[in-house]
Amino acid sequence: MTENEAVERDVMEYDVVIVGAGPAGLSAAIRLKQQNEDLAVCVVEKGSEVGAHILSGAIFEPRALNELIPDWKDKGAPLNTAVSRDDIYFMTGESGAFKMPGLFVPKTMHNHGNYIISLGKLCRWLGEQAEALGVEIYPGFPAQDAIIEDGIVRGIVTGDMGLDKEGKHKEGMYTPGMELRGKYTLFAEGCRGHIGKKLIRQYELDNDADPQHFGIGIKELWEIPAEKHQPGLVVHSAGWPLDLIGTGSLGGSFLYHLEDNKVAVGLIVDLSYTNPYLSPFDEFQRLKHHPVFKQYLEGGKRLSYGARALNKGGLYSIPKMVFPGGALIGCDLGTMNFAKIKGSHTAMKSGMLAADAAATALKAGGQGADVLESYPEAFKASWLYDELYRSRNFGVFLHKFGALIGGALNFIEQNLFGGKLPFTAHDRKRDHETLVPASQAQKIDYPKPDGKLSFDKLSSVFLSSTSHEEDQPSHLQLTDASIPIDKNLPEYAEPAQRYCPAGVYEVVEEKDGGKRFQINAANCVHCKTCDIKDPAQNITWVAPEGGGGPNYSAM
Amino acid sequence: MKVLVSVKRVVDYNVRIQVKGDGSGVNLDGVKMSMNPFDEIAMEEAVRLKEAGTAEEVIAVTIGGDKAEEQLRSALAFGADRAIHVKVNEEVSPLTAARILKAVFEKEQPGLFLMGKQAIDDDNNQTGQMTSALLGIPQATFAGELKIDGNKATVVREVDAGLETIEVDLPAVVTADLRLNEPRYLKLPDIMKAKRKPVETVSMADLGVEAAPGLTVTKTSPPPARAAGIKVKTVDELVAALKDKGLV
Ligand SMILES: Cc1cc2nc3c(=O)[nH]c(=O)nc-3n(C[C@H](O)[C@H](O)[C@H](O)COP(=O)(O)OP(=O)(O)OC[C@H]3O[C@@H](n4cnc5c(N)ncnc54)[C@H](O)[C@@H]3O)c2cc1C
Ligand code: SF4
Repeated sequence: MTENEAVERDVMEYDVVIVGAGPAGLSAAIRLKQQNEDLAVCVVEKGSEVGAHILSGAIFEPRALNELIPDWKDKGAPLNTAVSRDDIYFMTGESGAFKMPGLFVPKTMHNHGNYIISLGKLCRWLGEQAEALGVEIYPGFPAQDAIIEDGIVRGIVTGDMGLDKEGKHKEGMYTPGMELRGKYTLFAEGCRGHIGKKLIRQYELDNDADPQHFGIGIKELWEIPAEKHQPGLVVHSAGWPLDLIGTGSLGGSFLYHLEDNKVAVGLIVDLSYTNPYLSPFDEFQRLKHHPVFKQYLEGGKRLSYGARALNKGGLYSIPKMVFPGGALIGCDLGTMNFAKIKGSHTAMKSGMLAADAAATALKAGGQGADVLESYPEAFKASWLYDELYRSRNFGVFLHKFGALIGGALNFIEQNLFGGKLPFTAHDRKRDHETLVPASQAQKIDYPKPDGKLSFDKLSSVFLSSTSHEEDQPSHLQLTDASIPIDKNLPEYAEPAQRYCPAGVYEVVEEKDGGKRFQINAANCVHCKTCDIKDPAQNITWVAPEGGGGPNYSAM
Repeated sequence: MKVLVSVKRVVDYNVRIQVKGDGSGVNLDGVKMSMNPFDEIAMEEAVRLKEAGTAEEVIAVTIGGDKAEEQLRSALAFGADRAIHVKVNEEVSPLTAARILKAVFEKEQPGLFLMGKQAIDDDNNQTGQMTSALLGIPQATFAGELKIDGNKATVVREVDAGLETIEVDLPAVVTADLRLNEPRYLKLPDIMKAKRKPVETVSMADLGVEAAPGLTVTKTSPPPARAAGIKVKTVDELVAALKDKGLV
């Protein structure tokens, strides 16, 4: 994918190059070193440090970690809060809700034995374990492109630094990216990886798969009064402010009580939503006023904010995993189990399986370049496949039947049939094709934030500690610059203004009455929603200059 | 000439600081830490001196816990030749830091001691001054420009009234201000090489230094939230509002 550029790039050679220091990438790195300590393994990470771009719930199922690092407790893994109780609410309106009796909770939502964690912190810890094994981790260096020669992936090239807005070299600052070549390259960029997306297209990996589906998760970390805090309490809800019966806007919310009076609260909105006026950010803000959430948050203080897209497709949306010289792992591949809202343990497991395959091939004297067929084979034989198989219908049930009925079907499938109903449901409409024209949609009047429970976008983005060098080429690229104003605005009231959780996209009125599409790229929290939801598929997210983006502490 | 540069591990400047609920300090849990930005400028200047042939060796020193080694690795990636890690797990007051740096200076005998004008965590702006006083050598603080000529340095200082140019004899302590330079991007190959450069670890006892009686932080609180503004339509309204607040 790199053009024949004239720039001189430094080159380093590794056995395995891994893109992305999330649970998938780090688990793969650790596993490789466990299999053979002499392997040269390097991980590049676009965040300014490991964990800086990680945002998750998160309830963590320790199954994969038990396999990877059985003595994780002695090694100080940050799994401190065991889940003590699961509450599920169906929200019927602004203040109404009924709690689902424990008996009716689908098995996939039972969290006994799991932990409430910060995935960012777990990744920092995994990073330390990996480094102790000799893995080289380079945060602040995004992979910008795959190196593909004669159809074989040979590694990656990191992003250039020191380019100005026009892409020209800045005096004395220009630093060309470097080639990191690997016998195998594992892509672990998480949901909607920007290189993963290109690889899927180039190698036609998704020819036999259902379309991937996505959600956007918006999350805040709060410190709440001690008397309201119940470590280990898990609260989930479906319905208001989204649909409970209909299917136009689906999603669910969560509130997890961590340690030290901290709670994580968030809303996941299906990106299959139909109303272009819907704003996931504002839905989340009003959610917090519902008594179910307010009872915990009132009197507390918001510490942090962020957002990230997640995969919802499940088993049948997983594309082919391998291509010559490399593989996709974790959410870059789509291993999330959305029925459980869990993707970290599955991401870890897929990374471990790919690592095993690469280590075995290298041990046999392989020089890379081949297709790691043993990875998909091991996947099929693993608990990961079994788990995803059992949950394969969940997303489709919801898309087709709504939260209540779809949820009921899921209950029947999970609890009565152990996830093995004798049919598979498919959902072939892509998330960018679901919007109805603005002329047929109802505008949504969101309440003003009160500054206590709810907030505006700008003060929220501030709490994500996001920063980008201002003078650099925009990392949000429009294929056709006229589409936002000429097409998206009249047809869909340019939904980017609302789906972007960081206020990056604005339609501004010019003095002469004309309209201009403004991209405040420096605010971007790297959630990837625009790349997914733009109805014209006109926005392409690429990596900004290294280290740019959010600086999440414990998300 | 040898150049000594001290660097400190601080909360990254992009991080939105949160005060702990009980006011006992700032929340550092999972927070990104970096090299103090003014120290980066000092580092950059030292490396430029080396590249220009003025300095032969650049030595970085830090005072801090185990993790402060990360900042020394950054300093080595910038281009320092070697590094000294004075391992101290407790909070270090400016005077203690100055005592430690004095001991390191005496051991290394550099021709120039560069450091940031202040650390962005406690904003004390004292260490450079104290170190020079303890050593009995000249100081040039808030440097916006630095020229070395033989055993003299000409420093343009950024002072309230504008710019002040002074000349000091070397060795001297020079503290870097924002405009001294723009630090380079660290290159991946340099970061890789930095992993293999030598870091010497010493303790305060090794250096024969005792902590100065410290300051005790009694309370940490966030700056008061700014009250929402109001809009006034006329001058009369403005005057009334000001009177109301007791401001005129
Ligand atoms: C709101 C929300 C709630 C969730 N709740 C839970 C939960 O409760 N339990 C659970 O198990 N899972 C949960 N998940 C899912 C879980 O977070 C993901 O499945 C998991 O993070 C996937 O891991 P990964 O390693 O594949 O990708 P990620 O965690 O996304 O990590 C990818 C890493 O790669 C880096 N990267 C990306 N592109 C590049 C590039 N080109 N170059 C260099 N670096 C790059 C990123 O910065 C990031 O650090 C939730 C997700 C969200 C969004
Ligand atoms: S610009 Fe795109 S990727 Fe960035 S925050 Fe907005 S929607 Fe997310």
